[in-house]
Amino acid sequence: MIEVHKDNFNSEVLEADGLVLVDFWGPKCENCLALMPEIEGLAAKYGDRVKFCKLDTTGNRRLAISQKVLGLPTISFYRKGDKVAELTQDEVTPEAVEAKITELM
Amino acid sequence: MSGQLYDLVIVGGGPAGLAAAIYGARSKLSTILIEKGKPGGQAATTQDMENYPGFSAGTTGPQLMQAFTEHARSFGAEIRRGEVVEIDPGRMTVTTKAGETYAGRAIILAPGAQPRTLGVKGELALRGKGVSYCATCDADFFTDLDVVVVGNGDAAIEEANYLTRFAAKVTIVVIHDEGVLDAAPMLQERALKNPRIEWLWKSVVEEISGDGIVERVIVKNLKTGELTTLSTNGVFIYVGTVPQTGFLKGLVEVDERGYIITNDQMETSAAGIFAAGDARSKYLRQVITAAADGAIAAVAAEKYIFEEEGFRSSVLEEVRPVAVVFWTPMNQECIERISGIERAAGAFPEFKLWKVDTYRNQRVARRYGVTELPTVLVFINGEIVLRLAGSQVQEEVLQEKLAEIAKGVST
Repeated sequence: MIEVHKDNFNSEVLEADGLVLVDFWGPKCENCLALMPEIEGLAAKYGDRVKFCKLDTTGNRRLAISQKVLGLPTISFYRKGDKVAELTQDEVTPEAVEAKITELM
Repeated sequence: MSGQLYDLVIVGGGPAGLAAAIYGARSKLSTILIEKGKPGGQAATTQDMENYPGFSAGTTGPQLMQAFTEHARSFGAEIRRGEVVEIDPGRMTVTTKAGETYAGRAIILAPGAQPRTLGVKGELALRGKGVSYCATCDADFFTDLDVVVVGNGDAAIEEANYLTRFAAKVTIVVIHDEGVLDAAPMLQERALKNPRIEWLWKSVVEEISGDGIVERVIVKNLKTGELTTLSTNGVFIYVGTVPQTGFLKGLVEVDERGYIITNDQMETSAAGIFAAGDARSKYLRQVITAAADGAIAAVAAEKYIFEEEGFRSSVLEEVRPVAVVFWTPMNQECIERISGIERAAGAFPEFKLWKVDTYRNQRVARRYGVTELPTVLVFINGEIVLRLAGSQVQEEVLQEKLAEIAKGVST
């Protein structure tokens, strides 16, 4: 997974070709830490067709808020610079993320 | 491993489930704990942990839960990620959403509780967009911003204090009259002195709104009925919890609010199924009481496994007739008569004698309706063929009855 932050978010996410998944997480968010290995597993499975990124919101707070992310974990999907889908907090289960990937792919 | 039989299957990895895993695994029970997220439960979502004994300063919820988890693993408890969706009390199996099934000799339910939602307009749509139930998770976002806290119990006031380390201003919306809070006095005192906290008394939040993220709340004053719009960036809601017992679908008895009813041994209404922690109907829901529940449940489950398996293999599955004596050495009458019973049974080598100490094993006695001591029950192929209770239990009477049964068996 590509680590994105305020300096590369535009080039890696908004200007990228195809479908991009961004895992918004933080080191204090227990559910995010539990979810991370599952998302990495999905990255191994779908990585050739979907670009997987993760964004540590600590230090990138303004960027997260600009993307209207104010709660963790949040998994957002982007295509051609637009957010096309989002799963947040309780909705974020490995099964739901995988279902969303296959739906959007 | 899915499909495997464990001694103990624990559903839920908060402090109750983890404590049960520690006690179970340490007693050499093969123990698996199934948790849908990261172990720690609600305790891992509270930063300040000031009242867990032994840690007067300096532990946090996540740290303490990490230590619980490592402790359970150190004794060999297996911790698996999965969301339990079904329990079969007949086969004693637990099935996860992913379709994995685990069988247990005993099951401990520790599913916990989750924050109650307020149920106002905009709350659901703006979850993760400024509406939060976890200050530890989301406080960072609100550095130098304004937030509203709804509620006035321990969690609300404690988390409001925590939020002032980040937010510019924290406004607490309290349903009670000015100065009245449900939180513990020490938490109240700290909050009332905190210059970053403002109070809206006798008020409730009516609506949360904003374009994609929280921008404002509408607050209603209950005394005047007046509605005020308040600009804010976040809303933290702490208005109690609801038990996560929906998946049990009538498996065990629950109270009118859905909390699982147990006795002092954490036994539920279903045999072999125990409950511990916040999901239980109880007086105080804290990490320490959850951990205590877990310890009791694990010890009671261990005893259950030992007694049930012992009784099944030694009595119900025995090929010979079995004379079961319910007695206790705590009772003088029993002590005086036990040797007579032993002599009577000893005269018939075709009978097996099995003693149940009712002081230590109340469950089996209760199941067979044993109310007087001593009581003798004779089982053949798991069926009761003779019952002598209290004063009926005399050496000569017993000898006579056993002789009759022996005669019947041999013909």
